[in-house]
Amino acid sequence: MKAVVQLDNIHKTYSNGEVEVHAVRGINLTIESGEFVAIMGASGSGKSTLMNVLGCLDRPSKGRYLLDGVDTSDLDRNERADLRNQKLGFVFQGFNLLARTTALENVELPMLYNPSRIPSREKRKRALDALEIVGLAERADHLPNQLSGGQQQRVAIARALVNNPQILLADEPTGNLDSKTSVEVMGVFQKLNERGITIVMVTHELDIAKYCKRNLIVRDGLLVRDELVQDRSFSDRELQRIREEEAAAKLTQSA
Amino acid sequence: MRITATSVIALRALRRNKLRSILTALGIIIGVGAVIATVSIGNGAKNQVESQIASLGQNVITVFPGSTNTGGTRGGFGAASTLTIDDAEAIEREILGVVAVSAEVRDRQQILANGLNWNTTVMGESPGYLSVRAWDLAQGNMFTDADMRSTAKVAIIGQTVATELYPDVDPVGQTIRIRNLPFKVLGVLKPKGFSFFGSDQDDVVIVPTTSAMRRVARRQYLSSILIQAQSPEMMSRIQQDVADLLQQRRGDREPDFTVRNQLELAEAATATSKTMTVLLGSIAGVSLIVGGIGIMNIMLVSVTERTREIGIRLAIGAHDRDVRIQFLIEAMILSMLGGIFGVLIGIGASQVVSSQTGMPVLISTASVTGAVAFSAFVGIVFGFYPAHKAAKLDPIDALRFE
Repeated sequence: MKAVVQLDNIHKTYSNGEVEVHAVRGINLTIESGEFVAIMGASGSGKSTLMNVLGCLDRPSKGRYLLDGVDTSDLDRNERADLRNQKLGFVFQGFNLLARTTALENVELPMLYNPSRIPSREKRKRALDALEIVGLAERADHLPNQLSGGQQQRVAIARALVNNPQILLADEPTGNLDSKTSVEVMGVFQKLNERGITIVMVTHELDIAKYCKRNLIVRDGLLVRDELVQDRSFSDRELQRIREEEAAAKLTQSA
Repeated sequence: MRITATSVIALRALRRNKLRSILTALGIIIGVGAVIATVSIGNGAKNQVESQIASLGQNVITVFPGSTNTGGTRGGFGAASTLTIDDAEAIEREILGVVAVSAEVRDRQQILANGLNWNTTVMGESPGYLSVRAWDLAQGNMFTDADMRSTAKVAIIGQTVATELYPDVDPVGQTIRIRNLPFKVLGVLKPKGFSFFGSDQDDVVIVPTTSAMRRVARRQYLSSILIQAQSPEMMSRIQQDVADLLQQRRGDREPDFTVRNQLELAEAATATSKTMTVLLGSIAGVSLIVGGIGIMNIMLVSVTERTREIGIRLAIGAHDRDVRIQFLIEAMILSMLGGIFGVLIGIGASQVVSSQTGMPVLISTASVTGAVAFSAFVGIVFGFYPAHKAAKLDPIDALRFE
């Protein structure tokens, strides 16, 4: 297996005026291609900082980060932007779709900033393919406010996929969704992972983390636990169970 | 490289906020409209003055008599009766670069013809007069040097005199009576309209200078001498030469003449309208800058409002430049659209002013292109700071922005 992410002794320090905050204090981590990792931790544990470093949105204060074999430490702002565009796909808690912009145009957005020019017909085709993967091809012309939360998050996932990234980074992707929709979205992630896409997500929900293959726990800026998920949840089974429960609820009601 | 895509994004953003975009552009529309209207009206006025000055003739230098001082009693300007036909002849003979000279005598007379009478200006002039004034005959011929020498009783008449005295007869060959002397009409002048000073230039009878001196005005001195220079560059030199020659002819006597240059008159006349144009134009220019500040204000609001959008764009791979260009293009589209509509409104406004007041307007392509270019420039200048602010946002902070 090839290492997609390799973190060597990563530190991140914020100086907030006079106070120095050590958000991450020496993390070593290797993530290989095809993994499905959940990073967990309480708020203030440093998991968001770690995620920002992984997403090349932030630079580590110390340490080395190899992304797909490329050392990201001495890249400038625009080079990191290109790296994010080419090798990373982002899914956020708040979906972060452009308002009053159709699902299709939202998905096309990363290709607009692709350093190599993509003809508009090709852009459209790739965006539609990505929407197809998340099961929203027929909603391509809908605006975000015409879509449910789960659908918006699936559009966001399609947007993250459209440049064929090495890793999908998801920051609390189910944080704004109800439990059933969360299971559906995790189903999308599981399906993508089966296709071989590497996924790293941050969550604070244990049951959501169980849909992943590997769980990391961060506390006080350090990696305190790293284990494979034993009793993994599968969204197909969970959805089936939820459907049965709903049906049962209706039965008892009608009885 | 991504300019087209970025322009599309900018246009979409403007379309999403139609009313706001229109109101923002309104500042520029009013500014550019005001610039175009004032400059057009100013140019029209200047143009009118210039054409009136030009109707006085091309490259004309005029010698006026000066004041007198007889035994301590000082006469006013023009009172001197010392400018003679010999002075005029000397100028024509001795000064280089002089194309034509006309010795002028003005008098006002009641004239009779065709059973009608009319009070008009009778002017004694040399045959070179038409050349000096750049004036042509509508019909007939000008009198000649021979007529000058023989103090012939011949005349040419202006259009106004022709229509007043000969409403339905061809005047050429007819006789008019001035001081009860018969003068034969040799020709009729083309219409020239009102002068810069407001007098009707066509209300005139022109006779040879010698005839005017002896038979009409009955005096031995001239009202003025008109001199036409070969080219505008020679005018100041000829002006000096004329002054020198006349002084030389007067020996030790105090100068009793003034030499005036047509350009001086033109400059004085156009200076006023130029001042007005500059004044009004700069007020309009200030309103353009105010419009620009309006654009900056709205763009700053827009950047704050769309912080999250900027964060998304930066996170998924937009460079600083992409964001900067996007906002710059938005500002430029606003100001250029404002400029284009402003030009249309300015043209419309100046046409309305022109039709309501009869003031001439002149819409120059220079002022139109200048106004549009300036409004685009305003867009860049006032759009730059907000665009820069947007481009420098940190993607993490921008994404967290509520």
